[in-house]
Amino acid sequence: MSFVKYSEFVQEGDVVIIFIGHDSMMPIKVESGAQTQTRYGAIRHSSDLIGQKFGSKVTCSKGGWVYVLHPTPELWTVNLPHRTQILYTTDIANITLMLDLKPGSIVCESGTGSGSLSHAILRTIAPSGHLHTVEFHAQRAEKAAQEFRDHKVAHMVTVRNQDVCKEGFGVVGIADAVFLDIPSPWEAITHAKRAFKRKGGRLCSFSPCIEQVQRTCEVLLDQGFQEIHTLEVLQRMHDVRSVTLPLPDFGSEEGGLDSAKMIFDPPSEEVPSSANAGYPAVICRTATPPREMAGHTGYLTFASKPRD
Amino acid sequence: MADAVVETDVECRISEGDYVVLKRGDVYKSVQIDKKKKVIFEKQWIFLDGAVGELYGSTFEVDAGGKLGLRKASNTGNSTGDGETKEAGLDNRHIVDDGKSQKLTRDDIESLKEQGLKGQEIIQQLIDNSTTFRDKTEFAQEKYIKKKKKKYESHITVLKPSTRILAMMYHGREPGKVCHLRYDTLAQLLTLGNIHAGSKIIVFETCAGLVLGSVMERMGGYGSVIQMYPGRGPVRAAMESFGFPSHFHDTLHEFPLCKVNAMLSGTLNLDEKDPDGQSDGRLGEQSASSRLSSGGSKEGSSESQSMEVCTQQARAKEVVQTEKLRDQKAQEKRVKIEEKRRRLAAAAALLEGRNADGLVIASRFHPCPLLLGLLKFVAPSRPFVVYCQYREPLIECYTKLREQGGAINIRLTDTWVRHYQVLPNRTHPMLLMSGGGGYVLSGITVSAETVTLGARQNAAGEPAAKRIKRDEITSTSNSSA
Repeated sequence: MSFVKYSEFVQEGDVVIIFIGHDSMMPIKVESGAQTQTRYGAIRHSSDLIGQKFGSKVTCSKGGWVYVLHPTPELWTVNLPHRTQILYTTDIANITLMLDLKPGSIVCESGTGSGSLSHAILRTIAPSGHLHTVEFHAQRAEKAAQEFRDHKVAHMVTVRNQDVCKEGFGVVGIADAVFLDIPSPWEAITHAKRAFKRKGGRLCSFSPCIEQVQRTCEVLLDQGFQEIHTLEVLQRMHDVRSVTLPLPDFGSEEGGLDSAKMIFDPPSEEVPSSANAGYPAVICRTATPPREMAGHTGYLTFASKPRD
Repeated sequence: MADAVVETDVECRISEGDYVVLKRGDVYKSVQIDKKKKVIFEKQWIFLDGAVGELYGSTFEVDAGGKLGLRKASNTGNSTGDGETKEAGLDNRHIVDDGKSQKLTRDDIESLKEQGLKGQEIIQQLIDNSTTFRDKTEFAQEKYIKKKKKKYESHITVLKPSTRILAMMYHGREPGKVCHLRYDTLAQLLTLGNIHAGSKIIVFETCAGLVLGSVMERMGGYGSVIQMYPGRGPVRAAMESFGFPSHFHDTLHEFPLCKVNAMLSGTLNLDEKDPDGQSDGRLGEQSASSRLSSGGSKEGSSESQSMEVCTQQARAKEVVQTEKLRDQKAQEKRVKIEEKRRRLAAAAALLEGRNADGLVIASRFHPCPLLLGLLKFVAPSRPFVVYCQYREPLIECYTKLREQGGAINIRLTDTWVRHYQVLPNRTHPMLLMSGGGGYVLSGITVSAETVTLGARQNAAGEPAAKRIKRDEITSTSNSSA
């Protein structure tokens, strides 16, 4: 396995995602002889995982089963160990599209954080692209570098432990795209500008607060960036379910007609006499929004760096 | 490492035959550069000859004859209205809308245009002749200029196509052609589908080829794409607009949807020509041979009757030539049919392993049968994504998929996008936003077989915890609590 190339069978050293149930997953590094405990019992790597096909059911020691999944950046995003606040797939998808990322792109990113976006970038720019990522927190930088090695993408990424606002990205004149997720992106714009190829490219800055956006846009304009756009993307989940709506009882009429039938003529769905209080009811298949959802992640500001 | 990128301007220059995107303000149009060809863009006729040889991203000014002239970089920025002492009002309490603030009449403006005055000069005239301009607040002045600029200045930027640009263009210009697929929704499809170089992706779309093109861009010419198509042939207009290098096209295959059942049941006969092609081909051959024989007899009869030998010879020559031409045509047709069959066989070979790395569906057809049918070609532990303009068909997909099994992590989502105006002291969400960009159903395939390893315990022997958990899931998803 690799995060940038599918394979059919689980091998020693792979990172796999164990799908336990609805919204319950965990990442495992496969090592022969090792065991991993789940709520359905232990998974013995040598016998249960190595040599298995990705996507197959694996029986745990207590008899329950789980699925073993091939890792993808999207599965990693929901399973990775958080060292910082991370970017989620909805924003990542838009960043990838709006930065024009594709195989071969050279990308600069700061900060690396927990590496959620980094994995998605690497997936998209493989096999010939390169990611230069800058993280000023030494421990986080080291952890990220270790993950890239475990995930077999280290050949495509250079992690630098420095302050992007003071020292820049460590590269000049090579980037097709620059991504900033730092508290003061406006301080990094001149460095970002220098990182771009002569022919220019695309920049994105992610900020939770509008004041940050305001300052960033001012500097972008001063520095000659064009097509400056700020947008926000939110994802809505739709929970598919059947709902039962009891029909109101208007009482019987002189003629003895069923009042409900007068309203629903003909009844839109099955009308079984439901368990609750003997009311006839209509069952309908619907999708409901969750009780709560992410209302704001951050503003995404995009700009084009024109040719020098 | 990739640092040693040698930048040559050659690949950044616009050349004849290139597919480009014209941009004016927020409006895009995709065209192929063709010298001498007139293109209409934003109510203006233009010739693109002037763009050839210039760099991508260059901005041009359109003259009265529709010719493009490179715009000097110097007059970028807010050049209108400067130089003069800036005067502005504080509020609009004294501004009365009497309809007489502009002293220039419509005819005056028309004549200014006819004189060939530059847009910028016309705007200056409008400002000079506006009695209220000076009383307007600074913000209102800026807004006034911006509005006039949009109307009178015609700057056209020539861009290299990309998924971003083409998706925004289609959504803005022809949403109906792409089933109202909005760019942020397309972004979700590509990411949730884990589209990347080296994979084998099945695409079924009726979005003019936009989804196909975006998948191909993300694959960068590595791996393979199998486009399933309805009807007689795949639609690829938007894909062509990407202007992919020819080696990208080598990775693209197509397979007719009407042969999916045959493929799945193993009864697909590759030697059998497709019904249209077959009859066409035979007809072509037959008519060619019949014409040949009739031509021969004609020649014979004319030979016996005619006295003029030379014209006869000429005519004979002519006949031979037309026969040759017909032969050639028939030959070409045969080659075409052969090529079509070869491509079908190649696509079938790719599908046969039933080990595709992903499935992307975005069409005007009901997604349910498409998903259930095409998912059979996808390997386990691979993502799939289905786009639909409406939510209800995807609810059905979700339900059927849960009944059938073979997929986990099934999610029905849509995204909401809001643009912002960011200006000093005037930052706010845009007044207008898109009402909806469609819905996406995504999930991951898993192997449908029962417990693979050892079969230590079958499903009936599960621990109580798992059973309860599973029952919970089914109960919450199948009926209201």
